[in-house]
This record gives sequence, structure tokens and C-alpha cells, in this order.
Amino acid sequence: MAAELLRESYEIQGGNFDKAGEISSEIKVILRDLDIEAACLRRVVVVAFEAEMNVVMYARRGTLTLILTDKDISLEVEDEGPGIPDIDLALQEGYSTASDEMRDMGFGFGMGLPNMKKNSDDFCIESEIGKGTQVFARIRLNSHG
Amino acid sequence: MKLAEIRDILECEVLTDDDDLSVEVHQVVASDGMSEILAFAKSTELMITGLTNIQSIRTADVSGVSAVIYCRGKRPDKKVVDFAKQKRIPVMITKMVMFDICGILYNKGLKGVS
Repeated sequence: MAAELLRESYEIQGGNFDKAGEISSEIKVILRDLDIEAACLRRVVVVAFEAEMNVVMYARRGTLTLILTDKDISLEVEDEGPGIPDIDLALQEGYSTASDEMRDMGFGFGMGLPNMKKNSDDFCIESEIGKGTQVFARIRLNSHG
Repeated sequence: MKLAEIRDILECEVLTDDDDLSVEVHQVVASDGMSEILAFAKSTELMITGLTNIQSIRTADVSGVSAVIYCRGKRPDKKVVDFAKQKRIPVMITKMVMFDICGILYNKGLKGVS
């Protein structure tokens, strides 16, 4: 059993593009101060940033929880939003349901969820239409991505 | 190639004047799609983009790139430049278009990330 060293939850505001990414920046600072190895830190922050952007773009609100143990770092993201009708399709690179406004922000080109999966050692999504989406990502501390 | 050389070749204006341009760059990521930058940048690359909003600097910070060049004469607003300064990410702008920038830097020996 891995010993939990840190657990921190952050509220994400849907539609707030100005603040989008602030949580990921904060997570980066926290993990860097804890001397988390650079490649691992990068993977965690990429997953967190993509997750944060997804909630901002698609959901009304969401929560991102960072959990650090002596073995790995996990990110749990829950949102209240439209849900994902076809998760396999959403995980395909290039598939996107983004609006022009989202693309103008530099996101929504069908890379977000694939990026999150690629940077995680364990990754799963559950979603209910009309309710919301939960994403779980785990990155091992000794992994090399 | 040093950032200072790239500044001269691309006729860039440096917006973050206190930054060190002696940093060596060997690879480039170029896109207006931030997820594409996030997918390919491993760290220390030069990032070229036409997207000048705050997310471009957040992406640069998360990716760990060495510097950002905004192409097509696009100028980020002060809030974006201040954020880049806070993150110690050098920011430059050039009037050149992305295709030309990539071609010029490729001819000078810089490579993309795959």
C-alpha cells in the first residue's frame, strides 16, 4: 500500500478562459518544490493542464484532485457537464467536438484526451451523458515518459 | 543555435528584455494548436506560434520550452508578456510567417520534434 503524502483539491470554473491553466501552474510549483523528477513532473502537469482546459471548455464546473504518494502521482478530475457520448472516439487523435471559440484559444484540435492518456501510466474515463465526466490518471514517480 | 542568433536571423523584436539569449536551441515545435505543442515538446525546444493569448505562455511553461516566437507580426498584450517575464520565458515577435520561419531554421540545422 502506497503512503499518501499530499492531497489537494482545486475547483475549476467552466468557461473561465482567463484563469484556465492556473491550477496546473500551481501544481507545477508544488511538485517542483518537492523535487519531483523533471520528466515525471512534466507528464503530470501536461495531464493536469489538458484536463483543466477540457473542464473550462466543456463543463459548468469541475474539481481536480492531486494525490501524491511515495510511489506515484494521481490526478482525479470530475466535472458537471455534457458528458462524452463515445469515449473511444474521443480518445482518437484528431477527433474533436470543439467550437471555433475553443480553437481560437489554441485548443480543441483532438489532441487533449490522447495527450492525457499518453502521459499517464494508468488512465481511465467514465462519463454519463447530461451529468458529467470523471477522469483518473496515475503517473509513476520512477517512470520515464 | 543560440537564441540571440535566431533573433537576428528572423529579425525579431524581443519583448522580454531581461532574458538571457545565450541559451542553445537544437529543436523546434511550431503550431497554433497548444495540445500539439504539449504532445511533442519535451523541454528546451524553441516554440513558434501565432497564438498570442495567455494559454500560449501557460503551454510554454508546462512544456518547458526555452523561448517563444510569435509569428505573422502578432503582438501579445502586456498581460501575456508580464506573465512570460514572471515565468522567465523569453518572448520574441517577428513579421515572418510560420512556414518561412520553419524553412529558414531548418536550413540552419534546427530540427523538429517527432
